[in-house]
Amino acid sequence: MANAKKKLIVSDEVAIQIENMNKWYGSFHVLKDINLTVYRGERIVVCGPSGSGKSTLIRCVNALEEHQEGKITVDGTHLSSDLKNIDAIRSEVGMCFQHFNLFPHLSILENCTLAPIWVRKIPKKEAEETAMHFLEKVKIPEQADKYPGQLSGGQQQRVAIARSLCMQPRIMLFDEPTSALDPEMIKEVLDTMIELAEEGMTMICVTHEMGFARQVANRVIFMDAGQIVEQNEPEQFFNNPQSERTQLFLSQILGH
Amino acid sequence: MTDVSYVRTEMLEEKAPPVSQAGIIKWLRDNMFSNIPNSILSIAALWAIYYVLSDVLPWTFKSSWNANSLDECRSAIAATYGEGTDGACWSVIHDRFLQLVFGFYPKALYWRPIVAFLLMFVAIAPVLFDGLPKKMLRFTMIYPFLAFWLLWGGSLWFPLMIIAGFVLGYLAYGVVSKMASSLVGMIAAVLVPIIWWLFLSGDVATMLQSIIPLSIEAVSSSNFGGFMLSITIGVIGIALSLPIGIVLALGRQSDLMIVKVICVGFIEFIRGVPLITLLFVASTLLNYFMPPGTNFDLILRVIIMVTLFASAYMAEVIRGGLAALPKGQYEGADSLGLDFWQSTRLIIMPQALKISIPNIVSSFIGLFKDTTLVSIIGLLDPIGLSTNIRANQEWNGVIWELYGFIALVFWLFCFSMSRYSMYLERKLQTGH
Repeated sequence: MANAKKKLIVSDEVAIQIENMNKWYGSFHVLKDINLTVYRGERIVVCGPSGSGKSTLIRCVNALEEHQEGKITVDGTHLSSDLKNIDAIRSEVGMCFQHFNLFPHLSILENCTLAPIWVRKIPKKEAEETAMHFLEKVKIPEQADKYPGQLSGGQQQRVAIARSLCMQPRIMLFDEPTSALDPEMIKEVLDTMIELAEEGMTMICVTHEMGFARQVANRVIFMDAGQIVEQNEPEQFFNNPQSERTQLFLSQILGH
Repeated sequence: MTDVSYVRTEMLEEKAPPVSQAGIIKWLRDNMFSNIPNSILSIAALWAIYYVLSDVLPWTFKSSWNANSLDECRSAIAATYGEGTDGACWSVIHDRFLQLVFGFYPKALYWRPIVAFLLMFVAIAPVLFDGLPKKMLRFTMIYPFLAFWLLWGGSLWFPLMIIAGFVLGYLAYGVVSKMASSLVGMIAAVLVPIIWWLFLSGDVATMLQSIIPLSIEAVSSSNFGGFMLSITIGVIGIALSLPIGIVLALGRQSDLMIVKVICVGFIEFIRGVPLITLLFVASTLLNYFMPPGTNFDLILRVIIMVTLFASAYMAEVIRGGLAALPKGQYEGADSLGLDFWQSTRLIIMPQALKISIPNIVSSFIGLFKDTTLVSIIGLLDPIGLSTNIRANQEWNGVIWELYGFIALVFWLFCFSMSRYSMYLERKLQTGH
């Protein structure tokens, strides 16, 4: 795997730029002065205690949450309250959720073809071919005609990844994709994500899978109390954490 | 010391259950005589059923079907089954059947409501069941106008002009949304047909009628009655209340203040008022709001009121379905770049409606039964007719037979709706 990691290329083209972003829930200040630049091809793992704002941060990137101050630029498009821009950005940025959020009334194949057909206006036939291609990639083409409720959690999450990929996104966001899964299924999802990373997809993952972070990430960000406390290369981050808060966090999650 | 280590070398096969766990004995034991209190209840219930049926069944079948008055009927029963027999006088149904079904619709034109009724099944079939050709939906779209023309008669140009209004609206949307934004297009799509219907369609229809006369005998609303009236009001109310309810439910969730206030106000007002007051408004007050000289059809006014009433309830039912959807579904749709209308139509509504099916169908059934309230404002639905029939000297004193028959017909319709909803729920079940 060490060789594979070397192959990962990070360009100096900016994919996401977040400048002085602040967000409040009512009077609660969730995100404080976030500054983050993500380059194309980067695999960033965001970790931190619950309530530290890491999910909120990546949800701001595709405007599932609104930020009140600061500037977010995704793929050169400035994220404003204009609905046109938001839909354009969302169709370029794929997202996987903790609870998959598959559409239970549609078959797996329909889940995957829905957005390409309606947003990208791709003919049904072509969309189905693309969908089958990505379902093969996540290794569950045989489930195409089933419904989400008939699949295991790990399979559902892989469908969710395939569904996002069908939109041919340039950036993928993962919001704790393995947190709701049984231990036996975590690996199959992580394998899919690793494969994706090796193909050069720009990824931001909120996750507690530190093994994944070590293996895939080129940068680990540690958040606490709505701010970025520390970021570094995985080796440095895990072996030589600088901040006291990070040390405490790492000792707690790696302690047993 | 015992050895705790154990390794299973082969998996066990499934075996058939013991005999006492199958068959009728098992069923009786489980369902009727599982313990002493249950056994007592079972026996008491069986006795109660016997008690009711032993009276009702002889009454139902020791009956007379061909008599012209209640007295004649009673004597016929006495002659056949012996003096003192209490039998049902179904003759009244036989005698007044056509009236109960068609009201005072001209006899020679009975084929028109019959054709309209039969075509209704053709029209709703593609909506209710899949597997039918999609082209049938085109007929479903034409059907309301066709049914209107068949029932009320008159010039064919009139319903055609109403259709033309929809076509104009569609064209206006196409043209205007290309020139300006889609919002302006939508406004144009609403305004153009309204202007057309209010100011132009009537004159154009009259003109076309004078050039090419295409008409069948007109039947006035006052001749409508019986089950035909109930079904007309019920079906139109059902067909319109669902879409209006959906729009109201979405409006209630809207971020736009004015839309939200209007929807909430409408729903809360209509729900807070008894249907019967709305019907009185329809029958008496509404005419005061109309320009003098306009004659606004009473049945049409009643249909509007019934529809508005049902829509308010429908909106709340659907709001319940919307509230039951996890937030993740909205986020899932948003994250794929679907816009509001796409996600509402493709993701949110199908699921919200599915959750609401039992309640939606309950509303439909309630609406259909509520159509009998129109008898209070003097329309001759089956209940209104039966009051008149009982006032007639020949049938004075008939109660059970008439109301029993009306109840049976209503029950048949409502029971079919309920069965359909259960079928639909099973069909849409996509879990395990």
